[in-house]
Amino acid sequence: MTSSLLLAQTSSTKDTLTALLYLAAAVLFIFGLKQLSSPRTARRGNMLASGGMLIAIVVTIIVTDIANWGTVIAGLVVGGVVGALLALRVKMTAMPELVAAFNGFGGVASALVALAEIERTNSIFAVETGIVVALSLAIGSITFSGSFVAFGKLNGSLPGRPILLPAGKTINALLALAAVGFSVWAIAAEEALAYWIVVAIALVLGVLAVIPIGGADMPVVISLLNSFSGVAAAMAGFVISNSALIIGGALVGAAGMILTLQMAEAMNRTIANVLFSGFGAVTTGPATTGDKPVKSATPDDVAIALAYAENVIVVPGYGLAVAQAQHAVRDLATILEEKGVNVNYAIHPVAGRMPGHMNVLLAEADVPYDQLLDLDQSNPKFGQTDVVLVIGANDVVNPSAREDETSVIYGMPILDVDYATTVVVIKRSLSPGFAGIDNPLFYLDNTMMLFSDGKAAVESVIAAMANV
Amino acid sequence: MSAAFVSGIVVFVLAAFVGLEVISKVPPTLHTPLMSGANAISGITIVGAVIAAGVGEGTFAAVLGFLAVTAATINVVGGFLVTDRMLEMFKKKPGRG
Repeated sequence: MTSSLLLAQTSSTKDTLTALLYLAAAVLFIFGLKQLSSPRTARRGNMLASGGMLIAIVVTIIVTDIANWGTVIAGLVVGGVVGALLALRVKMTAMPELVAAFNGFGGVASALVALAEIERTNSIFAVETGIVVALSLAIGSITFSGSFVAFGKLNGSLPGRPILLPAGKTINALLALAAVGFSVWAIAAEEALAYWIVVAIALVLGVLAVIPIGGADMPVVISLLNSFSGVAAAMAGFVISNSALIIGGALVGAAGMILTLQMAEAMNRTIANVLFSGFGAVTTGPATTGDKPVKSATPDDVAIALAYAENVIVVPGYGLAVAQAQHAVRDLATILEEKGVNVNYAIHPVAGRMPGHMNVLLAEADVPYDQLLDLDQSNPKFGQTDVVLVIGANDVVNPSAREDETSVIYGMPILDVDYATTVVVIKRSLSPGFAGIDNPLFYLDNTMMLFSDGKAAVESVIAAMANV
Repeated sequence: MSAAFVSGIVVFVLAAFVGLEVISKVPPTLHTPLMSGANAISGITIVGAVIAAGVGEGTFAAVLGFLAVTAATINVVGGFLVTDRMLEMFKKKPGRG
């Protein structure tokens, strides 16, 4: 099982060839990731990366003296069928929970590889190997249980709001300390049971770490778990001295970490704040609501405003995904474009429940991606926009983030929709968004509220367009 | 510490820097496919799983190996397929301009 890149001088031809083929796989991963970062080449990039994976798997099957073909083939077939069914059947709106689940499977696979190695060696390891075994177990198990809690929160089987346990942080700190303690014992005493206890603690820790994090913070959590699944794979690579795992895992660990930082930055918060603050658990109360009047609009009002506009920007949020309104929105945009209206979409980096969530939904509805504007592209445009249509977004268009220094979201980069001539907000009620604060946007003179479910509202506007 | 382990650390650190460089400028449109594609790559642990399942002795090792291969294969096959499905939707549409 030697396949390190920098081989000892005694390596056989077979080992050398294996190492070089693993290197080829790693190079394909790097090219694949590189091409995944541009729309034109992304699909080819994904194919290159999967080609690299195929090489790595085939090489492994050939060079390993496999004694249990049945086990290997059964696992490949069962996993392949389940994975393919999940991937081909999932609705685009359910993509966040599917990505969470796949992260979880990757994490548990790495932990299982380390467990199998414990079983094979009777847990007799050199100290450094013992450390990476413990790390694979701990990170892999946290990724597994944390991902499935995220999965539950995202598909609605667990409440999406933060669930705060009394002294949760203290408990987590003690659990982490215990995991370190049992790891030390496991390595020093070469004790398999202690490794298993590390697994148990890490599983609990994964649950407790994700439970207090609210739905709107999921983009950070999912990308962090993605990073963890990579690190777990790299640690498993150290356990079995396999360069393919080390390289692939390190790439994913780094990529996931970048995405995590970008998401946290888009909320003007640190990763630690997202993970540990229980943000959104306490509603600060409607300090400024009072009885301020809002302008409630009918679908006809909205249709007229849109039909006579020159420039329209649609701002989608999680509410669009919940209402599955992406196709209706696209239909409305088509009607407007036929009338000569210029339609674009402004997407906040953390709109939805995973990085890029809104982009995927709108792509599913055949919206060309050059109509999708990010924060920096769209903010200069709102001043020259006649109508902004906000569908199911709230905190990311809250002007308090810009103006109210006492607000909990002060400093968070937002979409400046209030600079547009008219803002139409489609929303079921005046209830606050995830941050639990009132949104002054709703009370502005240039804002019209259309109180309805996102999809129903857009369809009623489409119906009203016929009369304009 | 064995030479293989040390070279493993070298490889790990360099690969992490490559990952940072390659990913640092990704447009938001591709965040989800990038994440799910990267996720599929982290399924490289399938290599370790196949080895573990292939050489393990005894029932318990077989169970561990089978579970490892199954979980990793779900990750790899599902991850690449769903990424491809998403990217197919991102094809340039004959829309405006």
